[in-house]
Amino acid sequence: MSDARLSVFKTYKLYVGGKFPRSESGRVYEVTDPKNNWLANAPLSSRKDARDAVVAARKAFGGWSGATAYNRGQVLYRVAEMLEGRREQFVREVAEAEGLSKSKAAAVVDAAIDRWVWYAGWTDKIAQVVGGANPVAGPFFNLSSPEPTGVVAVLAPQESSFLGLVSVLAPVIATGNTAVVIAAEKAPLPALSLAEVLDTSDVPGGVVNILSGRPSEIAPSLAAHQDVNAIDLAGADEELAKELEIAAADNLKRVLRPRDVDFTATPGTERLTAFLETKTVWHTTGALGAAGSSY
Amino acid sequence: MASASAFEYAPAPESRSVVDLAPSYGLFIDGEFTDATGGKVFKTVSPSTEEVLSEVAEASEEDVDRAVKAARRAFEKWSALPGAERAKYLFRIARIIQERSRELAVLETLDNGKPIKETRDADLPLVAAHFFYYAGWADKLDHAGFGAEPRPLGVAGQVIPWNFPLLMLAWKIAPALATGNTVVLKPAETTPLSALFFADICRQAGLPKGVVNIVTGDGRTGAALVAHPDVNKVAFTGSTAVGKAIARTVAGTRKKLTLELGGKGANIVFDDAPIDQAVEGIVNGIFFNQGQVCCAGSRLIVQESIQDELLDALKRRLSTLRLGDPLDKNTDIGAINSAEQLARITALADAGEAEGAERWSPACELPDAGYWFAPTLFTNVTQAHTIAREEIFGPVLSVLSFRTPDEAVAKANNTQYGLSAGIWSEKGSRILAVASKLRAGVVWSNTFNKFDPTSPFGGYKESGFGREGGRHGLEAYLDV
Repeated sequence: MSDARLSVFKTYKLYVGGKFPRSESGRVYEVTDPKNNWLANAPLSSRKDARDAVVAARKAFGGWSGATAYNRGQVLYRVAEMLEGRREQFVREVAEAEGLSKSKAAAVVDAAIDRWVWYAGWTDKIAQVVGGANPVAGPFFNLSSPEPTGVVAVLAPQESSFLGLVSVLAPVIATGNTAVVIAAEKAPLPALSLAEVLDTSDVPGGVVNILSGRPSEIAPSLAAHQDVNAIDLAGADEELAKELEIAAADNLKRVLRPRDVDFTATPGTERLTAFLETKTVWHTTGALGAAGSSY
Repeated sequence: MASASAFEYAPAPESRSVVDLAPSYGLFIDGEFTDATGGKVFKTVSPSTEEVLSEVAEASEEDVDRAVKAARRAFEKWSALPGAERAKYLFRIARIIQERSRELAVLETLDNGKPIKETRDADLPLVAAHFFYYAGWADKLDHAGFGAEPRPLGVAGQVIPWNFPLLMLAWKIAPALATGNTVVLKPAETTPLSALFFADICRQAGLPKGVVNIVTGDGRTGAALVAHPDVNKVAFTGSTAVGKAIARTVAGTRKKLTLELGGKGANIVFDDAPIDQAVEGIVNGIFFNQGQVCCAGSRLIVQESIQDELLDALKRRLSTLRLGDPLDKNTDIGAINSAEQLARITALADAGEAEGAERWSPACELPDAGYWFAPTLFTNVTQAHTIAREEIFGPVLSVLSFRTPDEAVAKANNTQYGLSAGIWSEKGSRILAVASKLRAGVVWSNTFNKFDPTSPFGGYKESGFGREGGRHGLEAYLDV
């Protein structure tokens, strides 16, 4: 044991507005593995942290939603690249967080990386899948296209600290929304480490904001926040989900209710479309047109 | 000002003899008309004369339960029917509506107070078109982009408003039936009749019993329907306040919800706009259906350099609008739907004046009986004014001005609503740039208030969620 080197612990921090602050409350809570071994002290976010995150997410929305879909795809793909390089770190963190074997944790991390690639490819295709020309009965050019709904609050799944988190976060930002995420309460460390990856992956500050703490404490203020446009209740239990859905009615947030999801399966488009609006633009046309042309 | 024209119009009333009104109507449950348990009834009146048209049953919770049970029983067979067969029922309904459109147009004008010109030329053609459009989807759902074999949800509870009674019924019932759901629909308290006539169309079409059920009543009936535990899908069109209450009611359940709520649409006119066309569009945007339209262009946002010219033209045009008997084929502005709505419009317009905005109406004689409000225009309006923020749902236009496109966008988006917007400009790149920045579900460029069954319609923000019309409209009634 003489050559044993004392390791350097990491102080886990929140990720808000492209910065890594401690909780403004100065509080932390103990994070343990499933066998109750201490892993780290995570920030115990306050309602003020949640409000700050919403401000950051709103500020980032104009730029991110206005970026080209191609650009957003590049950025999401860059996240996969960065994760691939840090694969070993995440395998270890996921194994510790969820009490998985190395090989099982590796499968989870690989699936999460592949999920970023899957959504990276969706950014510039979803508009063609769910939008298009409407053949109205009149002289009009009429087009429906999807647009991001705005700031989305995300309660990350509790049982899948990394693959689950990525599965709910990536579709939100792929479509141009910005996100305020509450990491899994008992296993927040992979999420907080993901923030470091996002920060080095050209994801503009504020597009993703990650909080750790108690959903029962922070989520109600996000659900009631007048500047949040949607909420994904994936990580809420039945009772909390109902409470949050009621609070969300106050400004008619879009609500994605919790449901059983197999995060290892290839997702459909449900999580992409849940946070999209459809904008229909009409414009007058004359009677001229290629279809009516005589040659 | 009406005397400015060289000739006075002679009255040209549409005959109401095509409508055979019964003195009373029951609820339509399981293919039969039935009295409400307890026998409660309420009266529906003609808003233009205050004449009592008929008595209608008031459905209790028990009646709602009966209707939901009937819909549940009918669901099994209806949803199992081949899509092509469901389609044929819907095509039949579309055709019968076309056949009976004159009767329905007159009926709708009587019960709602809107001009016959609009029921005849806008509402009824669109009602038939919606059934025709969604009929065609019924046997093509596997190809609609919602995965193979998308399933219906079950029993749909639908609550609709009084501004377009039959059109809103069509928007709700056509996609619900096409996708294999069965329906319990509650029409608005002040305009129940066309839905009850629709029940007769279902009978003529041979629609199986229980597939469509109509329960009449007030907000309590609607609340009972929305809260019923055996309803799988709730669709509502109406006020934002009620929409929020419904969202709270269905919280924590598995009921799928779509809401089509209020608006405070911005109609932006740039200095290069075709002024005469813009004036027609502005009039259409806020005075169509007496402004009782959720997507009405109730905020005119006009570039400062052309404000005076545009307002002069607009006032000239308003002075030619004819207000009066809705059954008169030359009437542009009909009656306000109810005394209650008239009181609300009056209070909000008075608030506009009290807060310092300048009020203008053309010289306009209002009939003695009925509920009437002259077309009204407010200038000197700021964004903080009540009339610039709250939905008035009446023929009241607020005028604001801007200097730069960015300012126009900022003002247009400065509302909790996000249903509609208009842009008037000859410059295509400007139209596209502004359209992409507006947070609204429908943007009309160089036109306004256009609808079509193939075209998705719905709101951003507090104007609700979900889309009606087009392929998008199917999603609300499918398990996807």
